[in-house]
Amino acid sequence: MKPLRKTGLIFFPAFDWAISTTHPEREERLLYTQDQVFEEGLLDFENIVEYKPGLATIEDINRIHICVPDAKSVITESHLISAGGAITAAEKVLTGEVDNAFALVRPPGHHAMRVVHGARGFCNINIEAVMIEHFRRKFGHRRVAVIDTDCHHGDGTQDIYWHDPETLYISIHQDGRTLYPGSGFPDEFGGPNALGTTINVPLPPETSDEGFLYVLEELILPIVGEFKPDLIINSAGQDNHYTDPITNMRFSAQGYAKLNERLNPDIAVLEGGYSIEGALPYVNVGIILAMAGLDYSHVREPDYSPESIRQSDENTRYIRELSKDIVDLWKKRHSFKAEIVKGAKYARRSRNIYYDTDGIREQQEETVRICNDCGGFIAIDSTASTGKRVYAVVIPSRSCDLCRLEGEKHFRSIDKKKLGAHYLVLQDRDRDEYIAQ
Amino acid sequence: MILGIDVGGTHTDAVLLENFKVKKKTKVPTNQLHLVSSLIGVMDAILLDEDPGKLERVVFSTTISTNAIVQGKADRVGMIVASGPGLAPESVRVNEDTRFVSGYMSNRGIEVAPVKKGEITEALSELKEAGIGHLGVVGKFSTRNPAQENEIDALTRSDFKHVSLGHRMSGNLNFRRRIATTYLNASIYDLYNRFVAEILDFAQRTGLAAPVYILKADGGTIEIRQSADQPVLTILSGPAASILGIMSLADCSGSDAIAMDMGGTTTDIALLADGVPLLEPLGVTIEGHKTLIRGLKTRSIGLGGDSRVRVDQGELCIGPRREGSAAAFGGPYPTPTDAMIILGLTEIGDRAKAESAVAEIAGKMNLSVPETARAIFEKTCQGVASAVTTMIEEINNKPVYTIHELLEEKKLRPSRLFLVGGPAAAVAPRLGEILGCEYIIPQDAEVANAFGAALARTTAEITLTAETERGNLTIAEEGLQMKIPAHFTRKDILKIGTEKLRERARKLGAREEDIEVEIVEDQEFNMVRGFYTTGKNIRLKAQVKPGLIAGFARGGARS
Repeated sequence: MKPLRKTGLIFFPAFDWAISTTHPEREERLLYTQDQVFEEGLLDFENIVEYKPGLATIEDINRIHICVPDAKSVITESHLISAGGAITAAEKVLTGEVDNAFALVRPPGHHAMRVVHGARGFCNINIEAVMIEHFRRKFGHRRVAVIDTDCHHGDGTQDIYWHDPETLYISIHQDGRTLYPGSGFPDEFGGPNALGTTINVPLPPETSDEGFLYVLEELILPIVGEFKPDLIINSAGQDNHYTDPITNMRFSAQGYAKLNERLNPDIAVLEGGYSIEGALPYVNVGIILAMAGLDYSHVREPDYSPESIRQSDENTRYIRELSKDIVDLWKKRHSFKAEIVKGAKYARRSRNIYYDTDGIREQQEETVRICNDCGGFIAIDSTASTGKRVYAVVIPSRSCDLCRLEGEKHFRSIDKKKLGAHYLVLQDRDRDEYIAQ
Repeated sequence: MILGIDVGGTHTDAVLLENFKVKKKTKVPTNQLHLVSSLIGVMDAILLDEDPGKLERVVFSTTISTNAIVQGKADRVGMIVASGPGLAPESVRVNEDTRFVSGYMSNRGIEVAPVKKGEITEALSELKEAGIGHLGVVGKFSTRNPAQENEIDALTRSDFKHVSLGHRMSGNLNFRRRIATTYLNASIYDLYNRFVAEILDFAQRTGLAAPVYILKADGGTIEIRQSADQPVLTILSGPAASILGIMSLADCSGSDAIAMDMGGTTTDIALLADGVPLLEPLGVTIEGHKTLIRGLKTRSIGLGGDSRVRVDQGELCIGPRREGSAAAFGGPYPTPTDAMIILGLTEIGDRAKAESAVAEIAGKMNLSVPETARAIFEKTCQGVASAVTTMIEEINNKPVYTIHELLEEKKLRPSRLFLVGGPAAAVAPRLGEILGCEYIIPQDAEVANAFGAALARTTAEITLTAETERGNLTIAEEGLQMKIPAHFTRKDILKIGTEKLRERARKLGAREEDIEVEIVEDQEFNMVRGFYTTGKNIRLKAQVKPGLIAGFARGGARS
């Protein structure tokens, strides 16, 4: 007998919200999941408790995002509810009311980056990041591991935690050469102050349960074990499923359940997954049962046939080598800093970011202070095709005195008019302050 | 005239109403071994010198089904369960005589795996050989498509006395509850039907031509012949009778309210939203079986006028047990009733006995006798009030699934407290104060249950799911599948649903003037496959909610 765990379920299907009528992110998305969860009577188990989602606040969003022109303008109520649902999940776990919790909410969030000009990959705000910063502020749990099992690279979460040495972000996803958003390669390894706390595992198309579980055992669990997080979060995208209409993987409900059983996340948050009839009802039932420590061995999709979704030997070999290379790279993570920094005081990256959902292009320059004592203060200069330009200074959480001093000095030195920026923002994550001018 | 009868644990009460006023009331001791004799006895007594031909209706509230289940008098039942993938079969097993068979419907009611005839006939002959006469047949998602349950039913031929089919029990989803409900239904089928036969026989002998109804757990009635196939609907109707009783004695319409019955052992609490009693969202629980039987949401706490009061580690403890009557009536221990007597809140019993019992507690608490009585009284009221508050909180925290509902949430905020039972008058002012409610103590409370049963209307519900892509409409409770055109809309389902609900309510015994249709759920989803809209998935749930029959002015009746 496996130990029973008390599992909180925050189910919010938002039956009255869609990006557009035929968009994958539409009213119908969790309809059959609801039917399956109800018919299986999961809410009748003593150790599964359903909670109503709370509402996230604008302060929750400003704690981690820099929204242009402001948070209110880039979201709808549904985003406050899905982020609020994730926050409720975390609160139930951190107050000890439940052992773990699953926020089965929509819309998703892992493509939303630190700066938000609009929606990318169906996401406006990063619901996991909003949740993490909320509970860090309220409960003080610092070390967090986010395991993103969505089929798409979680480029938003990666961007937000790129410079944060206290957040381990591991993404397993379909290789970016074959799928949106086209990023998430092993050399994306974290910023200079946080090397090795971003790990990307791009898997080849048609990877099946065997491959995913191999990466879990050989790569994710050892790295998480060494990182020693206070909390493990699963960004539980479900589009690695073999029936998903917009991806090419071969993961099954059984695989998802096993992954959750082994990973044993404190909090799981639904991300993508658009095989709303063939996958989601079964994957979600599997995840809920696995989190609660109940028998999931009989959960399977109506058309499940393990033979037809077995991965090729070539894939098996490829995944073994890939995992080994990434683990080797990660073991040497401390030795790269000097080589990358080369004595510079600041590191800069320039990027073009495309907002596919809203059709916006953003040009961004991000500068971070090289620091050995904290994540380093960050300065961001961002211009979007909407014509809006924002300049932001971010003081990191638990910033060192020098980063605070230099960050504040830098903020004061910016002349908005001279620079041609429409908005000037100081996000003081250490003092939980957000100043927009 | 209307005759209402409540078969209680100790007494069977009958009340005869004329123009909604009490014409006569009678009480006989309940014969627990033969409930029907108590029923017939009380009817004989109250109808003495009356013309049974003048009766418009007779309504019973009886514990016959509840007792059969609680006292283990139920029959052995063979269960044929097509569990399909999902929960492990063992975790849905309800008894030893369960046989798991192939067959599986998807959540849309599409057959995924067929029933295997050989498997079924083998299971059936095993069960028959074991001497089992009653069957329950349940399939996963059978409310979305009952075909496989019907297929299995057809294979049972006439080898069994009765077969209970899962999809007939309720239109709601919940496989485990459907199994439990079907099992319970089959297990009390024989016993209940013997009861029905005796009542019908009595009616025939006495020339009683009026329709006879039975009270259900949801506070609604069902015509007795219609209940024969679904005896499980009549479990746990006791609390329903008491709530309906309060609703018939006092005017509960308008704002939200608390209805409470405080007895010697327990206090039963129910809540009313705009005068309508709240229902359990999925179904009532009996003997550890979670069912799909719609029932009033009631909570019973072990705190009443005769609860034993004791001191444990310097703390005052009240209940949850009753160990005899109050000390003032010769009982062995001090009780809240004794405290109320000392405080002058009631003038019953022997005050001296009450004082000496409470003095014992006072000694342990280092307080005076009046102070102790005050403390006992306060703790009793606080205990009841906190149970009410928790219940309201739970209801207000019930999850919702649309942004509209979440942001516009309607909260239950009771402003009135209706209270019946022995200590009602003594506790009402303080309870009302704690709960911030005006309090009302209805008159004639001793016949409340029979009165409530007499005036309860027939309830019904119906669940429809339509898919325009497949051109298919399912009416779960009726086991009906219909063809629909591709242009079928929400308006069409509303029309069919309303018609079918009216039809169903009439069949179950409703009078035309009592059929008030309420739409409980009304949703429409675009079904999109491969980025094209292929059709609509439309869902409708409608009900005739519990309440009093038309023509009766609430709270207007006085004897």
